[in-house]
Amino acid sequence: MNWADLNLMPALPEIFLLAALSFILVLDLFIPDEKRDVTYGLSLLTLAACAALQLATFEPFATTTFSGMFVDDPMADIIKVAMYGVTAAVLVYTRQYVADRGMFRGEYYTLSLFALLGMNVMVSSSHFLTLYIGLELLSLALYALIALRRDSAAGTEAAMKYFVLGALASGMLLYGMSMVYGATGSLAISEIAAAIASGHSNAVLLVFGLVFLVAGLAFKLGAVPFHMWVPDVYQGSPTAVTLMLGAAPKLAAFVFIIRILVQGMGELSGDWQGMLVLIAALSMMIGNVAAIAQTNIKRMLAYSTISHMGFLLLGLLAANEQGYASAMFYAMVYVLTTLAGFGVLLALSHAGFECEKLEDLKGLNQRNSWYAFLMLLVMFSMAGIPPLAGFYAKFAVIKSVVDLGAVNMGFGMVSALYLAVFAVMMSLVGAFYYLRVVKNMYFDDKQSDAPIVVRGEMKVLLSVNALALLVLGVLPQGLIELCIEAMRQSLAVL
Amino acid sequence: MLTLTHFLVLAAVLFSISVMGIFLNRKNVIVLLMAIELMLLAVNFNFIAFSHYLSDTAGQIFVFFILTVAAAESAIGLAILVVLFRNQSTINIEDLDSLKG
Amino acid sequence: MLQNYFPILLFVIVGLMVGVGPIVLGKLVSPNRPDPEKLSPYECGFEAFEDTRMRFDVRYYLVAILFILFDLEIAFLFPWAVVLKEIGMFGFGAMLVFLAILTIGFIYEWKKGALEWE
Repeated sequence: MNWADLNLMPALPEIFLLAALSFILVLDLFIPDEKRDVTYGLSLLTLAACAALQLATFEPFATTTFSGMFVDDPMADIIKVAMYGVTAAVLVYTRQYVADRGMFRGEYYTLSLFALLGMNVMVSSSHFLTLYIGLELLSLALYALIALRRDSAAGTEAAMKYFVLGALASGMLLYGMSMVYGATGSLAISEIAAAIASGHSNAVLLVFGLVFLVAGLAFKLGAVPFHMWVPDVYQGSPTAVTLMLGAAPKLAAFVFIIRILVQGMGELSGDWQGMLVLIAALSMMIGNVAAIAQTNIKRMLAYSTISHMGFLLLGLLAANEQGYASAMFYAMVYVLTTLAGFGVLLALSHAGFECEKLEDLKGLNQRNSWYAFLMLLVMFSMAGIPPLAGFYAKFAVIKSVVDLGAVNMGFGMVSALYLAVFAVMMSLVGAFYYLRVVKNMYFDDKQSDAPIVVRGEMKVLLSVNALALLVLGVLPQGLIELCIEAMRQSLAVL
Repeated sequence: MLTLTHFLVLAAVLFSISVMGIFLNRKNVIVLLMAIELMLLAVNFNFIAFSHYLSDTAGQIFVFFILTVAAAESAIGLAILVVLFRNQSTINIEDLDSLKG
Repeated sequence: MLQNYFPILLFVIVGLMVGVGPIVLGKLVSPNRPDPEKLSPYECGFEAFEDTRMRFDVRYYLVAILFILFDLEIAFLFPWAVVLKEIGMFGFGAMLVFLAILTIGFIYEWKKGALEWE
């Protein structure tokens, strides 16, 4: 390896992000507290520049760098641009919230950008080493973010829980990776795929590795039976950080699964399909049923996340391009919906008051009908009511399951129709608690008269964000086709 | 004569002890940190054994990275622990139950 | 099909036994004859003067945390130094980038006052 062989173009946005991030980190040390808006502005500027670089270096095929450890394909490009947008939106939404709670410090912004860098590396990695490094960069930044409010007992407790269970998940993933390494003799995803296809790999080690990998992935995704950390962490973290860890990381986790299970171990789809069926069905059931009993809206949304991850896995377990594309569409729509949902909660919170109880939303329509309407869109989209984007997302994943015909469950083939019917039933159960929120907002009397003060840029962005759910619901074709095309291009090469 | 299986079994035993340490430990958060460290070391054992057996250095390089990340992880863990102790004046796991639904 | 997973079931069972076994064994085998004299704290034959568990200053933790982070980077420097002749200027440049990133972290902790004892 020498300078001439090094083509860093595919990793240009990441390198820029790291440089800008280091610059902000050092610069922030020298600016006084009242000028902290400089850090905020620079972070947003960095995100915009990254997105521009990403689009400028776009290639409709996969390119690699760093000895094939880093890959830049259309799927990664689209997901990364989405992640820049999501992170920027998170920073805008949380600007007032963090200022009210003593979290308006440089670390909040640099840690968020570090988390983004970790996600970028995860999304673009084609080697177990880069996958692991990216995942840990994301996780470590998130642990620190959750504990950023040092005087909050709930926050630090949530950070500790997330830390221990996150480390356990990493350990499982690594154990699985070591087994796969032993079975195939390689850590590069394309070589692993080739070794499995050639049939020379040790089958016992491989199945071992696969089970641990799936367990680790389910842990990170927050799917049943590895979901116990999700509600505690969502509830305990400051709402700003809950939004941070509930939005963009789901997109990265989706690509993470694609890289390992599909690109690396696609040959074994018969094995992991059955596991994903179980995980998806349990997630949809436990997530939706447990959410009904919650009175804390952050905890309710945490259980709803678990159920949404179940739906996301429905698309993946189809193990074909259409399924992956529908899962990608689902992930994007889910992140957009979460963003708007937590955005409204952040808008309703103010200094000394956290909007996190279900009754805090009572009579929102009387207080401010516009925010009530935005929240209505979010809840309808989560419940999957047409014509919102959530409906098409659910429709697409369920359709990909129905098209599958039958799934191999290990003990024999089972009709996929059962799974599809189960998914529809569970989304009906879910509709109950989403509609309860709507009922609270529109048919109950208001509990407080506190004025809702929101910064101008957030008001605009939040409205655009929630209305995008409506637009995507009416015209989903463009994004769906983009997902299908990206999947086709990205999976064709490796 | 030591074979690959010996190393794998040892790593598996260490791994199970650490996982059990995380789930069964009801006393002290520091023990949790130690269990996490043990788990990563068990994985390292696996990687090095495979790497030697396959005569491929990639596994050993992976171990370097795991070690470094494990250090960063325990640094963050200790930092969270200090903040937790300041807030609750305890590091007993049983006392960490304020988050329930 | 399902019999492929038999080794994993075996692993889980044996793993559980290895984990739980020592704890159960300790409970069963260890003699437990409590005695007020035995349970009372002692200090070289005297009554205890103070709580035996001394609280560490948080500053020690801070130093320990920073030490762990910066000390392990040497793990990358050693193999790098051994093969430096073979990897040449490219390897040298790569390590410079690594150290530059590390220095940024160092500037951050210095300026934040993490290295001050008082």
